[in-house]
Amino acid sequence: MTPPSVGLIRSLYVRFRPVGPEVVATAPRDSVGSWPLWDRVGYYAAWAAGLALIAIAGAIVVYMAYRGAQYFDLGLLFESPASSLNQATSGGFKDPILGTGLLLVMSTLIAAPLGVTIAVWLTEYGRPAGLARAVESAVEVVAGTPSIVLAMFGLVFFQQQWLGFLTFDAEGGAVLGRSFIAAASMMSLIALPLVVGATREALNSIPGHVREASYALGKTKAATIRRVLLPAARPGIGTGTALGMGRVAGDTAIVVVLLGATLQIQNGADGGVFGLFRGTGSTLTSYVYYNSPAGEGLAPEKAYFAAFVLLAFVIVLNLAVSRLARRGGEGWTR
Amino acid sequence: MSPEGIAARLPGRRGPGGASAAPGSTGFWSDARVERILGAVACLVLAVIVGMIVFVFSKAWPSFAANGLAWFGSGGDVDLQLEDIFNSPANPADYVYHLRAWPLLWGTFVVTAGAVLVGIVFSLFAAIFIVEFAPPRLNRVLEPVVRLLAAVPSVVYGLIGILVIVPWVGEHLIGLERRESVANVVQLDGSSVVVGILILTVMIVPIMIAIVVDALRAVPRSWTEGAAALGVNRWRVTWTIAVRTARPAIVAAAVLATARALGEAIMLSMVAGSASFAPNPIDGITFLFEPTRPLASALVENVEGLSVTPFGETLFAFAAVLLVSSMFLSLAGFVAKQPMRRYGVRP
Repeated sequence: MTPPSVGLIRSLYVRFRPVGPEVVATAPRDSVGSWPLWDRVGYYAAWAAGLALIAIAGAIVVYMAYRGAQYFDLGLLFESPASSLNQATSGGFKDPILGTGLLLVMSTLIAAPLGVTIAVWLTEYGRPAGLARAVESAVEVVAGTPSIVLAMFGLVFFQQQWLGFLTFDAEGGAVLGRSFIAAASMMSLIALPLVVGATREALNSIPGHVREASYALGKTKAATIRRVLLPAARPGIGTGTALGMGRVAGDTAIVVVLLGATLQIQNGADGGVFGLFRGTGSTLTSYVYYNSPAGEGLAPEKAYFAAFVLLAFVIVLNLAVSRLARRGGEGWTR
Repeated sequence: MSPEGIAARLPGRRGPGGASAAPGSTGFWSDARVERILGAVACLVLAVIVGMIVFVFSKAWPSFAANGLAWFGSGGDVDLQLEDIFNSPANPADYVYHLRAWPLLWGTFVVTAGAVLVGIVFSLFAAIFIVEFAPPRLNRVLEPVVRLLAAVPSVVYGLIGILVIVPWVGEHLIGLERRESVANVVQLDGSSVVVGILILTVMIVPIMIAIVVDALRAVPRSWTEGAAALGVNRWRVTWTIAVRTARPAIVAAAVLATARALGEAIMLSMVAGSASFAPNPIDGITFLFEPTRPLASALVENVEGLSVTPFGETLFAFAAVLLVSSMFLSLAGFVAKQPMRRYGVRP
């Protein structure tokens, strides 16, 4: 350790030196200290709010990281859960991780093309105007609908007999309306408004002369959309999709209702990939829920670790979004 | 690109070999057809969404029809009524529908209003800080922080709530005296209105901050600079010019955050919903420590019984109330933003 440098001492002196009246007289007029009381209160309240925000986020991340490190057990990631009261033998959460991944892929595959199609139609065509307005507000309505309502609708929708081939088949031919397909299609409704919104924003920010240049070269409108507009809107589409994936990964209500309460992935009757899609399972969110005291699971250490994995995934997704958003700002789309 | 390649991409022309027409040229993908296909997909999604709304309401109708307006009133214990509905006889003529949903509605209202009121004040100050006062280095941290808070799954919030905050409140903030004062009405164990409001506030604050920050940034610079040139200090400039211009956006933020708060089910059922109890404001401070169960949480807790006809219809009635509220709120949010457009300020 070196003794405190002269420079440090001098800077401390400069900062805390006794201030004589002549210094006050020359102080700039707009220093916070000279403001009226209520302005100062507001100013410090704004600082407090900003710092509190950082403190809350920091506390959540640090606490979850601490708990995650405390109960860290790599083996849990590769072990299927088992129904057992003894926590030593109740397994890990390989299936929930696979379930989360499968659900993400499936719902993104449904939501992204649909969302891009709707956004392109709304911004580039949008005729008749009344229909476009209706589609727009319908997407808005879905964005505001609680996911538990979507889940209930999905459950009853997929419980109809003629849709039974899409969901897990119970004994005796009853249609329970639960499967990865059912969950993914309702999840895609959650992600849809985000994809539509981000894509529309990206398309709207492309200047009109870009389209006109393309038409002037003799391209049709369809070709312009496919070759010019969609490539330019790619960062926006990516942002929307990633935001949607974040919502899908974090949603619990739809999983609890539509994917069933089984912790392991159970294939549907006909095996293969379609059997998997028809099967039931769990995701990280439902695993956390069932292992918390609310789900009577009473395995907080596993819930903590699973929640930590989930949080880490969401943070990574977040970083991807901010990178995409930054990339979206470049180029001629501005 | 070779001349042939360019020729292949021009409309109305086929590339060498004829068959390899580029997509987008006048082949199958003609303009009119593309428009029709895109429009058809949009209509399909529209049909699904409209179908969902109609379906929820038609499913909910028997419960509303059987109770009339008293459905929204108070009377009796909702949990017991739900149990009776669940156990009603199999004969459709004897279905039990009796329900007085007031405790659930009141619980929804208390938690949502509390979180939005606390959240709007907090996020207004935070947004002012971000736009006006934060040093650039802090701002680089704040943006990801807000995005992170918005992205944390509700079940993680719920887990922290139920394992950390609820036990802490139960042990340290609820004294024996307080527990006994309401012992014959409800049990206080820490899962309470105040914890629900606290965590819900954290969950909805990011949306509000995002909207308010956008609006504050959209305020024309010349307006604030004009005020500053008159010798007004920075706080007053922000408060009297920028915040006042952004008032419609603040209302919109509150409205949209309300919609989000209404739909929050999992977290609230974990930290606030140990019973369908209507917290009583007459109890003073104790009111904050009483449990409650908002509508959305009641859905999560009871959803296993959805296949029992009268019970399922009752749950769909809850869902219909939520759906109407959220539709109304997204409309109100849209309307609330309009005045700023009129000034030429695009929030």
